[in-house]
Amino acid sequence: MGILDVKNVSKRFGGLKALSDVNLSVKENTVHAIIGPNGAGKSTLLNCLVGKLIPDTGSVMFDGQSVLGRAPYEINQMGISRVFQTPEIFGDLTVFENMMIPIFAKRDGSFRMHAYETVASEAEMVEQAEKMLIDMNMIDKRHMHAASMSRGDKRRLEIGMCLSQQPRLLLLDEPTAGMARADTNNTIDLLRQIKAERDITIAIIEHDMHVVFSLADRITVLAQGTPLVEDEPQNIRGNPKVREAYLGESA
Amino acid sequence: MFGLDKKDTTLLIVVALMVLLAPFILNPFPEGSAMAQFNAGYPDLMQRFVIFGIFAIGFNILFGLTGYLSFGHAAFLGVGSYSAVWMFKLLSMNIIPAIVLSILVSGIFAAVIGFVSLRRSGIYFSILTLAFAQMSYNLAYSVLTPITNGETGLQLSLNDPRILGSSATADGSIPVTSLFGLEMRAAEQIQIGPWAFQFSVGFYTCAIIMLIAFYLSIRIFRSPFGLMLRAVKSNQQRMNYTGLNTRPYTLTAFIISGMYAGLAGGLLACMDPLAGAERMQWTASGEVVLMTILGGAGTLIGPVLGAGFIKYFENIFSKINESTLDGWFSFLPDGLQHAVVWVADHFVGSGWHLTLGILFMLVVIFLPGGLVEGGQRIYAWISGSKRKAKAAETKTEPAE
Repeated sequence: MGILDVKNVSKRFGGLKALSDVNLSVKENTVHAIIGPNGAGKSTLLNCLVGKLIPDTGSVMFDGQSVLGRAPYEINQMGISRVFQTPEIFGDLTVFENMMIPIFAKRDGSFRMHAYETVASEAEMVEQAEKMLIDMNMIDKRHMHAASMSRGDKRRLEIGMCLSQQPRLLLLDEPTAGMARADTNNTIDLLRQIKAERDITIAIIEHDMHVVFSLADRITVLAQGTPLVEDEPQNIRGNPKVREAYLGESA
Repeated sequence: MFGLDKKDTTLLIVVALMVLLAPFILNPFPEGSAMAQFNAGYPDLMQRFVIFGIFAIGFNILFGLTGYLSFGHAAFLGVGSYSAVWMFKLLSMNIIPAIVLSILVSGIFAAVIGFVSLRRSGIYFSILTLAFAQMSYNLAYSVLTPITNGETGLQLSLNDPRILGSSATADGSIPVTSLFGLEMRAAEQIQIGPWAFQFSVGFYTCAIIMLIAFYLSIRIFRSPFGLMLRAVKSNQQRMNYTGLNTRPYTLTAFIISGMYAGLAGGLLACMDPLAGAERMQWTASGEVVLMTILGGAGTLIGPVLGAGFIKYFENIFSKINESTLDGWFSFLPDGLQHAVVWVADHFVGSGWHLTLGILFMLVVIFLPGGLVEGGQRIYAWISGSKRKAKAAETKTEPAE
């Protein structure tokens, strides 16, 4: 039993079978990578985990509770945070305000009408946000408009926002997609640091093998909607089945 | 002060001074002078400035913060007016119960309309609110005649019960609205030289309520709740994945802004106790959108400026007629005078909408942030040229 258990999950879009009979178990405090060629069903699987899609069959259990049928905000309240392929942040707000929102959400739940206090008067929350900004090495950017930052900084902010809620499971959807090499390496370093410093489980979907092999404790290879193999990184590297799935029959 | 930071306190004090001194500020031209028709310092118009200011402040809480563009806010204005007039008919001519009821009823009304409309966003939300407002208008105009008195409009009469008051005054006329005996229409005129300044109880009642409404809106803007509303505008996806349910936030904002509109409608009835269906028409809903955008959506003071601007045009420009224009252009040769007056005539009087439309287009194109952005640019330009002058001074020094 892992912290996240996916059992017999299938999902169909019309005639296309996006996922068929996926079984997956993510162990607590590990980094679990899900890789696979385009169209393997990685994103569909992720969307089933966070409540964006509901699978046709099967079950998804997080920490012994089913996530199926719950709205994304409820799943987040259970302790799953998601980082998107293109950073989803509050572009119109400042970096500091961006960081305050998840902290308020963690304390107050999905809705609370806090109209008496001011944002600045919530000293404890401000302190938490500032601490996270220092951890993320962004404190000097606190007054910047989030939309005006570089892609790497947006990603860093988004990860910081997720971490500020102290999630038990962090889901990353191609966190380095479209990034320059330097930004990619920075992100890898950041994720390594997070893994070393925090009690957190990370599930990561990634295209870039460099990222996967530098981070993952365990890798699941997905092809045509089903898990091909699940093993440790050093065994995946030489696996002929994986090479075939990635490079086609001729390889 | 009052839980505001220094900048907001300054803003509140400046607005308070401007509103409370409005009878002076809006009356710059001496009585009887040629420019006197541009004076706006009479109670009727000043009341409209502040009442529509309240309406726009409330609208801005919804549109400015969450980005949801409601095209049906006039429905709440109308509901507020009807509630207030009913209170005058049934209970007493005191404005307090009337205002309380109009806020409550429009709040309930907003909860119902918001609950349905907020299931959609963007243009679909706007169309839903517009549909609801037009339905309300038609209901008020015909179907609900027993409650709204149809096209005549709801008015007071000598047969009204007025449980806590009297049906008629001693001399047999309909009593007037008051605040614990202080009549709303009571006014004092002060003559200073050629200037005549008017101070009315009605205006100051509205002004104080508007300042309270403005203060509350600052508090909402600066609160964690206000931050969440701005987050709704910025990225709903991220909100959902941050464990926040956006629906109750938008609904609360919608209800608050509906209550502001109801308050404005109630005050309109307090100043002039009648309510008609035309107050709910879609043009009235559009007007508050114009006010907010013209002044600067999402800014604190913008909606108030926008409301003042539009109401000024509506009341002052619409009063200029052909003979006034003839007077202005009498220095021109005869044929030219006729031509100029003929052109100008289309922009004043009943054609004031044309002037307003052109100004609105200019503001939206050149000042997307509204009048507030205009003010900021002027401020930056002044302080920038000062800095430049200073820089030039320091530059020339070494040359000596």
